[in-house]
Amino acid sequence: MFEDLRDLYQEVILDHGRKPRHGRKLEIFDATAKGDNPMCGDRVTVFVRSNQGKVTEIGFEARGCAISIASADLMAEAAFGHTPDEITEMAKSFAAMAHTGHSDDPALETLRPLAGVHEYPSRVKCATLPWAALQAALADNGNQGVATSE
Amino acid sequence: MNAMTKPAFDIARIRADFPILSEKIRGKDFVFLDSGASAQKPLVVMEAMLHAMQHQYANVHRGLHWMSERTTEAYEAVRDDLARLLNAADRHEIVITHSSTEAFNLVAHSFGRGVLKPGQAVVVSEMEHHANLVPWQMLKDAHGIELRIAPITDAGELDMAGLEALLQDRKVGLVSITHMSNVLGTYTPAERIVQLAHAYGAKVMLDGSQAVVHRRIDVQALDVDFYAITGHKLYGPTGIGALYAKRELLEQMPPFMGGGDMIGSVTYQHSTWAAVPHKFEAGTPAILEGIGLAAAIKYVEAIGYPAIASHEQALTEHALARLSTIEGITIIGRAQDRGGVISFTLDRAHAHDVATLLDRQGIAVRAGHHCAEPLMHRLGLDSTARASFGLYTTMGEIDALADTLIRVREFFQ
Repeated sequence: MFEDLRDLYQEVILDHGRKPRHGRKLEIFDATAKGDNPMCGDRVTVFVRSNQGKVTEIGFEARGCAISIASADLMAEAAFGHTPDEITEMAKSFAAMAHTGHSDDPALETLRPLAGVHEYPSRVKCATLPWAALQAALADNGNQGVATSE
Repeated sequence: MNAMTKPAFDIARIRADFPILSEKIRGKDFVFLDSGASAQKPLVVMEAMLHAMQHQYANVHRGLHWMSERTTEAYEAVRDDLARLLNAADRHEIVITHSSTEAFNLVAHSFGRGVLKPGQAVVVSEMEHHANLVPWQMLKDAHGIELRIAPITDAGELDMAGLEALLQDRKVGLVSITHMSNVLGTYTPAERIVQLAHAYGAKVMLDGSQAVVHRRIDVQALDVDFYAITGHKLYGPTGIGALYAKRELLEQMPPFMGGGDMIGSVTYQHSTWAAVPHKFEAGTPAILEGIGLAAAIKYVEAIGYPAIASHEQALTEHALARLSTIEGITIIGRAQDRGGVISFTLDRAHAHDVATLLDRQGIAVRAGHHCAEPLMHRLGLDSTARASFGLYTTMGEIDALADTLIRVREFFQ
């Protein structure tokens, strides 16, 4: 019945949405920020640990749909080892991919399963929320800002 | 069937009145189960608005020319229709607003700041739409009015003993509660709420945004002081609503917004106010929307509340029965007296994911917090999916929802 939805709900998304590997608060972290989409009610808090200017671990606490949780979890893996500047570029590329459905940025390889959201305008913000929160966390070195993707 | 039985509720004929219902969504039948958010419009509403624009339109209440006079008559007729709809004793007790949200803001401003005294309290319930919460929070902050929250039971019914406890100290000046929850489908016992509040010296405002769509409202029988409705859920246009208020209260209340149409006379320094209800209606009103709403009210009245209520009750019972048997579905709210607004959660998927999958089959439901975030917290949830019915909803559509939900759950296994 839902075969055409497999573009959006690919197995990797269902899997990370169901069992996120990084879905927990870090015991020690250098930066954190919340992402909040008040219109739909999705919320995510991102915790970042860095070493020598590079992200070494990301954890998150989220309530939201499969897309937003899978996106947060895949983001935690993709951002590993990158500098804040690189992450800003990745976030831009990711947002572009979420809106257009394609990207030739090799850094987004593991995030490509999320490209399917572009066909669902009301769901693009689900995928981009964790990235907005991560950027807020990195922007002000450990601030407590609240970001949104609505 | 006996000879006295009224003609059957002709669902096919009713659906033919709503052109949008025959639209296809990605090639599939459009199954619209989101009427609680905003209802679809019958042709008669569109025709009334189109006719006005083609043949009978100018500004109202001010022109001395033929077209303005005719338009004023047509627009003012909606006040009579609203008075009849709610069984108000006097057409001057109907303030035409742009929404029920405006009605709440009007009462919070004019009654809240103009009649209530700092130190008094307003009571709302745990299951209010934000429209019946945020204006009172703003009043609290601006005017020193205490805000009290009446509890609900876990079944989603108003806790009357809990409400009475909040009234005991007689500080409460207004009880403002929904007549039908937009999340749980619960009807509140309006008559008992009014009796109880009046016994403690408090006025009562009811949010009839949902209730008036499904049940005959009689503000005189209820003896309610304020009653808010909105047009777009009642098969009318957006941008039009109404506040019923007892005349003696409207007379006591200062204006809400200032501007044209609400004044008696104006000098550079001072103005006097127009008579009730016009002093609460600043600016050019929603003329075309008012004309559209008048057509919607007549449409609903022609079908009749008894027929609508019995059709929707059958739909609701069928939906509750079907959804209850689906593994993993939890219906949120189990009030005894309830209508066709059904919130539910699915164990394997978030409400937004459920809504996206249903949408792929052409089934439109709402998902999220339904503008009632505190209620979601009270229930320990962050969102639900919600199916809500209108007079055009069919048993087949409910079966389509139930059958598809079984497949949705399989998808997320």
